[in-house]
Amino acid sequence: MSSFSVTEPSNRAKWFAGTLVIVYALVTMVPLAWIMLTGFKSPSDAISYPPKVLFEPTLEGYVNLFTTRTRQTPEFLDANPPQTWYEEIVREYDMVIAGPSKFGERFLNSVIIGFGSTFLSIFLGTLSAYAFSRFKIPFADDLLFFILSTRMMPPIAVAIPIFLMYRQLGLSDTHLGMILLYTGVNISLAVWLLKGFIDEIPLEYEEAALIDGYTRFQAFYKVVLPQAATGIASTAIFCLIFAWNEYAFAVLLTSGTAQTAPPFIPTIIGVGGLDWPAVAAGATIFLLPVMIFTILLRKHLLRGITFGAVRK
Amino acid sequence: MSETPAARAAAVTPPSVARKIRGLSDRAIAWIFVGPTIFLLLAINIFPLMWTIRLSFTDFKANRNREVEWIGLRNYQRILTDSDIWLNMQATAHFLFWTIFFQVVIGFTLAYLINKKFKGNDLWTTIIVLPMMLSPAVVGNFWKFLYQPQIGLFNYVIGFFTGKDPSSFEMLGQVNLAPWSIVIVDTWMWTPFVMLICLAGLRSIPDYIYEAAEVDRASKLRQFFTITVPMVLPFLMLAVLFRGIENFKMFDLVVQLTGGGPGSTTELTSINLKREAFEKWRTGYASAYAIILFVTVFGLASIYVKALNKVKER
Amino acid sequence: MKTIKLASVSALSIAAASLASTAQAEDLTLCWAAWDPANALVELSKEFESQSGHNMSFEFIPWPNFADRMLNELNSGGKLCDLLIGDSQWIGGGAENGHYVKLNEFFDKEGISMSDFADATVYAYSTWPKGTPNYYALPAMGDANGWFYRKDWFGRDDIKAAFKAETGRDLAEPKSQKELLEIAQFFQEREIDGKTVYGASIFTERGSEGITMGVTSALYPWGFKYENTPGSYDMEGAVNSPEAVEALEFYKEFYETATPPGYTNSYMGESLDAFKSGQVAMAMNWFAFFPGLYADPNTGGEKIDFFVNPPQNQAGSTLGGQGISVVAYSDKQDAALEYIKWFADPDVQAKWWSLGGYSAHNSVLNDPGFVDSAPFAGDFLEAMGSVQDFWQEPVYAELLLAMQKRLHDYVVADQGTAQEALDKLVADWTEVFEDEGKL
Repeated sequence: MSSFSVTEPSNRAKWFAGTLVIVYALVTMVPLAWIMLTGFKSPSDAISYPPKVLFEPTLEGYVNLFTTRTRQTPEFLDANPPQTWYEEIVREYDMVIAGPSKFGERFLNSVIIGFGSTFLSIFLGTLSAYAFSRFKIPFADDLLFFILSTRMMPPIAVAIPIFLMYRQLGLSDTHLGMILLYTGVNISLAVWLLKGFIDEIPLEYEEAALIDGYTRFQAFYKVVLPQAATGIASTAIFCLIFAWNEYAFAVLLTSGTAQTAPPFIPTIIGVGGLDWPAVAAGATIFLLPVMIFTILLRKHLLRGITFGAVRK
Repeated sequence: MSETPAARAAAVTPPSVARKIRGLSDRAIAWIFVGPTIFLLLAINIFPLMWTIRLSFTDFKANRNREVEWIGLRNYQRILTDSDIWLNMQATAHFLFWTIFFQVVIGFTLAYLINKKFKGNDLWTTIIVLPMMLSPAVVGNFWKFLYQPQIGLFNYVIGFFTGKDPSSFEMLGQVNLAPWSIVIVDTWMWTPFVMLICLAGLRSIPDYIYEAAEVDRASKLRQFFTITVPMVLPFLMLAVLFRGIENFKMFDLVVQLTGGGPGSTTELTSINLKREAFEKWRTGYASAYAIILFVTVFGLASIYVKALNKVKER
Repeated sequence: MKTIKLASVSALSIAAASLASTAQAEDLTLCWAAWDPANALVELSKEFESQSGHNMSFEFIPWPNFADRMLNELNSGGKLCDLLIGDSQWIGGGAENGHYVKLNEFFDKEGISMSDFADATVYAYSTWPKGTPNYYALPAMGDANGWFYRKDWFGRDDIKAAFKAETGRDLAEPKSQKELLEIAQFFQEREIDGKTVYGASIFTERGSEGITMGVTSALYPWGFKYENTPGSYDMEGAVNSPEAVEALEFYKEFYETATPPGYTNSYMGESLDAFKSGQVAMAMNWFAFFPGLYADPNTGGEKIDFFVNPPQNQAGSTLGGQGISVVAYSDKQDAALEYIKWFADPDVQAKWWSLGGYSAHNSVLNDPGFVDSAPFAGDFLEAMGSVQDFWQEPVYAELLLAMQKRLHDYVVADQGTAQEALDKLVADWTEVFEDEGKL
């Protein structure tokens, strides 16, 4: 495109547009930056008014996030001097560390359920997407629409019978139950996205392979899968992010053993009063991976959020 | 946008290739591949939906062991004549309308500006997109903190620019402000979504159309309304469909922000439904409620999709 | 001779202990709300772990989600909790729906006598149907809604003089609800040390039980009753009595004229935050938090004092507190019962109080040194003398949600009148009891 093209905006227009967009981006970042900052405040700095922008950073929030603490008698405190830097932080409030908090477990649950359901969604989704893309399936469009329409149901509406069903089957508050559930929700996304990616792989490759004597399975396995690798990877990340962020099912169907981080983080509570630095620390640890994934995914973002309906 | 590549691909697959498969027929493989997915969807979505329909005609309560009675349409009748529930529907409609309005206006503007292709626009687009990928529950919870009139940041920023006393208004606590507080957070989160789709629409417009308009000496404003807007409209409508369905289901963000309060001003239908189903345990009643909501969203979405297809055909 | 006897006793106890631990070491999970006393219980339970060989883990859920999560857990027949310190209102559902193990036989066998515990707590936390000797819990934590205030501000000469000039009275702990409001209004938007402070933080939370617990703290002193005749579910004229209307109007006036801005959805945590950040002169909260408040480095110690919810037409405090129950779905009920047996021991109960838990055991409460053992100990005894609780029916959650909605609509969202709010509440509750077949 030549610099004299009529569709190329003038430098002034670019400068103007750039400034507005950057201002918007900075404003939109303020809440996220505030979460991260608050994680390094002391509880009293976090609830001071007016809010403090400058403060003495401390790791108290992170220590409180990972531990449970209890108040102790002065005799006990004198007899047991603190051993580590994090115990010293806790001692400032005349408390001792009673043990680890549940945050680690809940975070791990998020990882297990997130990866488990992603793996299953991708496995089933790739097979279905391939079939939809390459075979003549009766009522294919209806089936595909049916798969998509399951996404329209409000989670709470499905949650009632799932609650009853899981109670009967003993799947309440189990990893397996949550993995199956999230797979059920994610699979529509996986099928639609992957079908788009597989559609883009030229048929000729498979034809050549079949002519060379490959079976369908071999052709699928050795030709299609490698070609679809990028698509599968980005679909996987979308599934993972969904499972990672899901709240409604998690709050209704898990209470402890399989509870994930999103219902847990808002309930982090300090010793008397809400412990905002610990909440912020938990939120930071929880949100960061998604931010990184988003940046990695930026090329496929549009496709992912529209179920493949819009492609660049 | 998407056609029916499945049919196309199947049609293109030459018979000679199809015959090459040893062992299983294509049809068998297809069902083996699709079967598990369909089964899972039946188990996790359709079977529960059927069960919900069944329960909706009973007075079943999941926390009690007592005789379940069939009560016909009484649950439906009770819900549709309950004035409190109509208030919840209104709150939901308010939320839907204004979030979509702001997201479309701001999202389209941003996309238009980014499409000016200034230096570094990719980087800033990625930054703008971040909020929409984050967990609404976690983010909503933190916005509650930002909205605190005394200790939160939001009122101070507003106060700084308007000269208002930061403690003179309460975003989450005042009946006139709370509905807007949830609109603001949802707009903050989801404007990038509309922006991305609009951007795709803008980028899909070939340069030669503008060049032709330029030759015809059409003004920039005229070009905007005769070329840009109509070409982006199908994309924009798709974005509205997605946001509409998502926000009709809205639960996590608002539960964390206001929990439905003050009073019932931000009690969206899904929050109300959750209370009926999992706090009051009126399972049968809540099932009828769920069906009503599902039918509403499905019906509205179908009408909308028809309109969308008309626009696309033009 | 004596030493031999001692030696044999200790040998016996060692044998018994090792027998217990070889029997089977279990991993027990105890569920409770996440708050100060729960952390004290972790510390206390270490003794049980070393004695019994069982391993204790804990699941603490914050108050706003506690009822929701735990009732969901019980209703799904979950095995997360072996022991549950459940809220007093759950006892009806816990008993009738078979979530809790009935403890009578166990108490008889182990010689645990309910007469060793304060009557009000046994009645509220353990019995169902109310007042009958059918026990589904052991009183674990006595609690009531009380008040605390900035003693340092109350003691300042300039503030005292200003209060005298404004009201003609001396600034002191209030003796009635109306005095309480007067003091709160006096502090509202007053400059103290260059900061604007406010009257008091009160409960206004919508989501769980907050505003109901706050408003009942006004209703009970005005003489509120749930039914005209106990057990009749005859609520018309009781729930919406003129006294109840007056009390509700009082609470709304309190909310509008004497609380800090932004406290429209506040419960325990927010109330504590308001006080600790120096925003308010007074605050309502559960006694459970008082040890922590007293120990707070910024606003505790000499700066704080406590008082019982003031009377109006009569004395009355909103009951908090919980009993400890064994969950019927647990596979480890024997070990769970062992824990209850250990917990009921007077020595353990004494230690429980010293760590910040509110024991309900008479040996602790009637100890001559009890009243002086903490600045709020006497207030606690006084409060427990006139406590009332919400409905404890199996359908308590429906009753509570209806009340939450009606109260929040009126007090915070400013819709309708107090009379209308309570009339609607009677209608809601009537509907619930009709659905239950009790009316």
